[in-house]
Amino acid sequence: MTQRDEVHASLFVTCIVDQLYPQVGVSAVRVLRRHGVVVDFPEDQTCCGQPLYNSGFTQKARQLATRVLDSFSLSDYVVVPSGSCAAMLKVFYLELFAGESGLQERAAELADKVYEFSEFLVKVLDVEDVGSRFPAKATFHSGCHLLREMEVQQEPLSLLEQVEGLEVAPLPQPDNCCGFGGTFSVKYPHISQGMMDDKVSNVLSTGANFLVSCDMSCLMHIGGGLSRQGHQVEIRHIAEVLEGLPDEGGQSLG
Amino acid sequence: MAEVKTRDFVSASDAAMRDASLRRALRQVGGGFNEARLEAIEEVSWETWEEWREVARRTKIHALENLDYYLEMLHDRVTAAGGHVHFARDAAQANAIVAEIARSRSVKIATKSKSMVSEELDLNHTLDANGVEVYETDLGEYIIQLAGETPSHLVAPALHKTKEQVSELFHQKLGVPLTDDIEEMARVARQVLREKFLSADLGISGANFLVAETGTLVIITNEGNGRLCTSAPRIHIGITGMEKVIPSLQDLAVFLRLLPRSATGQRLTSYVSMVTGPRRNDDEDGPEEFHLVLVDNGRSRLLADPELREALYCIRCGACLNICPVYGKIGGHAYGWVYPGPIGAIVSPTLVGLKEAKDLPHASSLCGACREVCPIRINIPRMLLHLRHRLAESPLETENATTTGERQAAQAYSWLMSNPAALSAAAKVGRLAQKPFVSGGKVSKRVPLPLVSRWTGGRDLPAMPRQTFREIWAQGLESEAEIRE
Repeated sequence: MTQRDEVHASLFVTCIVDQLYPQVGVSAVRVLRRHGVVVDFPEDQTCCGQPLYNSGFTQKARQLATRVLDSFSLSDYVVVPSGSCAAMLKVFYLELFAGESGLQERAAELADKVYEFSEFLVKVLDVEDVGSRFPAKATFHSGCHLLREMEVQQEPLSLLEQVEGLEVAPLPQPDNCCGFGGTFSVKYPHISQGMMDDKVSNVLSTGANFLVSCDMSCLMHIGGGLSRQGHQVEIRHIAEVLEGLPDEGGQSLG
Repeated sequence: MAEVKTRDFVSASDAAMRDASLRRALRQVGGGFNEARLEAIEEVSWETWEEWREVARRTKIHALENLDYYLEMLHDRVTAAGGHVHFARDAAQANAIVAEIARSRSVKIATKSKSMVSEELDLNHTLDANGVEVYETDLGEYIIQLAGETPSHLVAPALHKTKEQVSELFHQKLGVPLTDDIEEMARVARQVLREKFLSADLGISGANFLVAETGTLVIITNEGNGRLCTSAPRIHIGITGMEKVIPSLQDLAVFLRLLPRSATGQRLTSYVSMVTGPRRNDDEDGPEEFHLVLVDNGRSRLLADPELREALYCIRCGACLNICPVYGKIGGHAYGWVYPGPIGAIVSPTLVGLKEAKDLPHASSLCGACREVCPIRINIPRMLLHLRHRLAESPLETENATTTGERQAAQAYSWLMSNPAALSAAAKVGRLAQKPFVSGGKVSKRVPLPLVSRWTGGRDLPAMPRQTFREIWAQGLESEAEIRE
C-alpha cells in the first residue's frame, strides 16, 4: 500500500473500554492495522459525555464534548468501538451544540468523520471478510443506539458471517432493549434487571456460548446477569471476535 | 383533576415488577398489538406508511401553529350546526361546565364512551358528587369502573387485568357465574349496559379528532358504544383537549388510516362516528342538545414551549406503550397519572408539574423504540432528555430537582473526565482500593458504595483490569505496528 492510499484513523476508545475492557481496544487496533489502517490514539481523550447528557447535565456534557471536538479536530476518521458512544459523537453532539455558531459547525465536521467500528470496516474499508477464525457458536446483540441512531444493522452481522468456524445463531427479539440505558440501570435497577432477564432468556434460547455485541455497556449488563445467574455464556466485543484466535492449536471454543 | 401519584413511581414500579398476574396480563396483550401493527403496515408497504406519517405530522404541525384560527373556525361551525362550545381553562372549570349542564337539565343517568380527557379531569367523580349516575360503556372502562380502578393503557384501559380477574370481578359485582369465555363476559356487560343506554339522559364522549371546517366531532370505536352514547340520550356532551382539532375532512383521511393500524393493527375500526351538532329537524334520532367542551388544562403551556410542543401531536394510539420495554415490565399504573408510557412520561410532568413527576422522564432506557413506531414521528426520547435537562440544570426553583449528591457526582465526574492525568491516577487508586472486594475477576456484592451496590444487586460487575487501555497503548501497543513490520 502506498503512502498516498493509506487510511489514517483515530481511535476513540470510550471510557468503559479504557477503564474496564482494555483488550477490546487492543483488538480493535489490531484488526484495523491488519487492514492497513494507520491508527492513532489521541491520549487526552476521556469520555464522550453521554452519562452527563443522559442525566440532564447538558452544560457539563458540553464541556466534555468540546474536549472531544478538540482532540479529534485533525483526524481523518474517528473510529469508535461502541454504537452508543459513536451515536453521542455523531448524532447527539449536533443537538448539544445546535444554534451555537462555531461549535455547531465543528460538531457537524466531527459527525462526518465518526464511524462505529464494524461500520468503518464495511463502509470505509470495504471489508467483510477480515480473515479471522473463531470456532464457536455465538449470538449477536445489537445495541439500541447502534440500531436506531447510527442505523447500523447489517454490517456487524456481515462481518461475523465471514469469520471462519463461527456459527451465528439469530437472537430472538433482536430489536428489544437489554435494559442497560446508562444511568437508568442504577436509577431503576429493578426495571433494568427485568428487561435484562428477558434478554438473558433469549440469549440462552440460542444455545450460543458467546454473546457478541458492538457495545461493552450492553455486554457488561447482560453478561453481568448471565454470570450472576450462573450461566456459562461469555461476552465478547465484535473486535475481539474479528481479531480471532491464532491458527495453531485448532481447538474449538465452548 | 385525577389524583396525582407520580411521586410514588419507584415504589409503584417495584410493586408492579413483583405482581405476577400483572406480568402475565402484560405478556398476553402487549406483543399481540405490535405484531398486528407490523402486519397492517406491511400490507400497505413501508413506503406508503412513511408518506402517511409525513402528511399526518405536517398536518398536526400546521393545526397547532394555527390553533387559535382553527379553534375559532370550529367554534363557529359547531354553533352554526346548532351546538354549543365551551372553553375550559382547567379541570375544575371543565367539570363545573359539565356539572352545570347536568344540573340545569335534571340529568339522572349518564352513559360514557371512552375518554382519556374525562379521566384526566376525574369527571366521573364530579358527576357522582352531583347526583348523576355515570356508566362507562367501553368494555375495558366498564371493567375498571366496576373494580374502582383507573385505566392503565390509552387504548386498552383494562390491559392490566387477566380474564380470570375480570371473571371474578363480574362474579362478585354482578352475581354471574365464573367463566373463562371472553365472549360470555362481553355478553354480560352488553346486557347490563343496554338498559343504561336506553334510560340515560346524557351521553358523554371524548373525541379522537375535531374537524374545524365542518364543526365535526369524530370518534372511532370497536364496540358501537360510542355511537349509542352520542345518539340515544337527549343530550350529548363531547369533551376533549383543544389540541384535537384538525383543519378539514380531507385531513381526517390520513389519521383514520394511521390511528387504527398503530393502535390495534386494524385497517379501520368497526365504527367511525362523525357528529356535527344535535339532531336536525328531519333526523330520526340523535340528541336534542350538543355541547362541546374544549379543555386546556396545561395544554397552552405545552403549546408555548418549542421544546415540548410536539407532545400535543399525539393521537393517543398507544403504539409507544405497546413497544416500550419499560411499560412492558411495569404496566400503566406505576406511572402515577392518567397518561402512562413514553408519551405519558412527557405529558404527565408537563401537566401535573415537573418536580411532582420527576422520576418519569428518567423512566426510560432511551432505546428509541417509541420514536420509531410513533405514527406522527414524535421524538419522545429527545423530549425526555430535555425534561431531564430541566430537572438537572434549570435555573427555576420550580423545575430543578437535583439533589446535592447528584450535583456533586456530576461535578466530580465531569472534573475527572476533563483531566486525563487525574483519570489515570484514579484508575491506579481504584485498582488498589478494589482489592479486598474482588474475587474471580468480579467485584463482590458487598462494596459499600450505593452506585455499585445498585448495580451488583442483580448483576456481576467486572473488576478493574491490571492496565487501562491508555497504559497498554503507551507501553507498547503504539509501536506494535512497527514491530510487526
